[in-house]
Amino acid sequence: MSANPDSALKILVIDENPIRRAIIESGLAEAGFTSVTVLANTTRLIDHIYTLDPDVVLIDLENPSRDVLEQMFQVSRVVRRPIAMFVDKSDKTEIEAAIDAGVSAYIVDGLRKERVKPILETTMTRFRAFTRLQAELEEVKGALKERKIIEKAKGILMKRRGLDEEKAYELLRKTAMSQGRRIADVAQALVSSADLLGD
Amino acid sequence: MADAANGPLGAKSSEVHVGFMPLTDCAPLVVASEMGFDRRHGVKLVLHREVSWANIRDKLGVGNFDCAHMLAPMPIAAALGLGRASDLIVAPMALSLNGNAITVSNRLYAEMRDADEAATQAGGMSAARALAAVVRTRQQQGREPLALGMVYPFSCHNYDLRYWLAAAGIDPDNDVNLIVVPPPLSVEALKTGRVDGFCVGQPWNSVAVAEDEGVIVATKSELWAMSPEKVLGVREDWAAKNPALVSDLVRALVTACQWLDEPENREQAARILARPEYVGISEEILAGPLTGALRRGGGLADIVDPDLVVFHRGHANFPWRSHALWILTQMIRWGQVREPFDLKALTERVFRTDLYREAVAALGVPVPLSDDKQEGGDGVGVFFGSGRFDPNAALSYLRDLEIRNSGTDLAAFAALNS
Repeated sequence: MSANPDSALKILVIDENPIRRAIIESGLAEAGFTSVTVLANTTRLIDHIYTLDPDVVLIDLENPSRDVLEQMFQVSRVVRRPIAMFVDKSDKTEIEAAIDAGVSAYIVDGLRKERVKPILETTMTRFRAFTRLQAELEEVKGALKERKIIEKAKGILMKRRGLDEEKAYELLRKTAMSQGRRIADVAQALVSSADLLGD
Repeated sequence: MADAANGPLGAKSSEVHVGFMPLTDCAPLVVASEMGFDRRHGVKLVLHREVSWANIRDKLGVGNFDCAHMLAPMPIAAALGLGRASDLIVAPMALSLNGNAITVSNRLYAEMRDADEAATQAGGMSAARALAAVVRTRQQQGREPLALGMVYPFSCHNYDLRYWLAAAGIDPDNDVNLIVVPPPLSVEALKTGRVDGFCVGQPWNSVAVAEDEGVIVATKSELWAMSPEKVLGVREDWAAKNPALVSDLVRALVTACQWLDEPENREQAARILARPEYVGISEEILAGPLTGALRRGGGLADIVDPDLVVFHRGHANFPWRSHALWILTQMIRWGQVREPFDLKALTERVFRTDLYREAVAALGVPVPLSDDKQEGGDGVGVFFGSGRFDPNAALSYLRDLEIRNSGTDLAAFAALNS
């Protein structure tokens, strides 16, 4: 068996269907994954997830505990994990839409054990890409907010000190440098105090 | 009725695929199909039973269904991009009001009775006082916090339960553990001690009582009379492309709701819902919550309340925008959404009173003049004890609620919604 860099991945499989469970288990074993936990029922799902701290969760789409997983991942970003789902009958659009929606991968009809490893890898890749995309989006949102605050602060300085735009920005920049703070923070402080002073 | 945009309503184009969860309040969809109200109004319902709300949302989103039995907050959450992103879903009608209940394990019930017997027996809002006493005692004794279940983060079960707890001074995020328990697993979770209680839709509260595993301490109609519960969810683009079909669908379901609201039909509804392809729970258990005679368990007297679940009367099918607005206030209250947005614009886009009014005009069903209404206050009905909700003052209402998530900038919401 070739060395598998992901062989230490902790994988949690949740499926009530014993046949599918067996296929997945042997597929993972043959692919060299050694840390695999298989659950047939989900009565203590949350406890299991906290204890096992899996890197990836594979769950049957027809399992009611999908809602439980969703809540968990909403409440805590820390435990957010890639999820792959099994579904016996599916069409292409369903899979694509699910992936767009942030589900990392769907495993479809005709599951064979040889397919388990590539599916798992796709799941991880998709999840990482999705997480990165979300982080970038958050950053962009934050940057946009900061730019707006700086614009507002510049406006206040232009009005109150009779400066032109360039000079106003320069003043903000210098103040930030001399105080060892970020421009956005100085701008925020200025806007807040202007609000307080009723400007 | 043929419609140029739809093409002639042949067998195929009038077929509407609908997803539902096996709960008592899927009745309008099942009855419309079983009693032929769908065909009478020119549609043919094809029902798909599902196991999770996440499945309902995803399968509606990708077009496996045209419409679905949905928790009222689900279309709102979708519009806000909460949970997993999905297409915009609109609600052209409500399917039911009330219907849920809060059930506690026999063990917790005994603790509540010991702490405050009168409050426990009185049920409803009062019962939360007894629970608060238990929570405090357990904290003093350094015991584990209570675990309480609800069905989905974006559900009235979540918001009702949190409201009930907070009204008695219990912080739902810090004093107890709130977890999602899928309805069919709820009784098992109570039995094994995974949860000490839950807020869930029927028949699961009654199943817990019938199996002698729990006691019903409050019904949703006791907390907030005529409160929102399930809606019909359709994709916005599908509704725009198929206006005639949406109208026919709403008429078929309103007709089913009218039929269901006749007390003499409720026994028959229980018989139909009991079938394995629908809810699959015995007719006897389903009949209690449907006919308004509810066994509470724990040696308590039955609840007799014709409003345990309401399908049509009192404008039950009207998708009140003030209901959507209240749901939004709770999403903000509990920190599910923090970025300010235009509340009114969102309620108008998602709760489509216009589609409802248009559809039922031909049925002669009376509709309210306004899209909003007040909750609580004199003559308006019970709203969480003596509370009130004025949709014109949603943000000041929110600000006045003592227990809420502190991470949300209410001033920013107020600035955007002034």
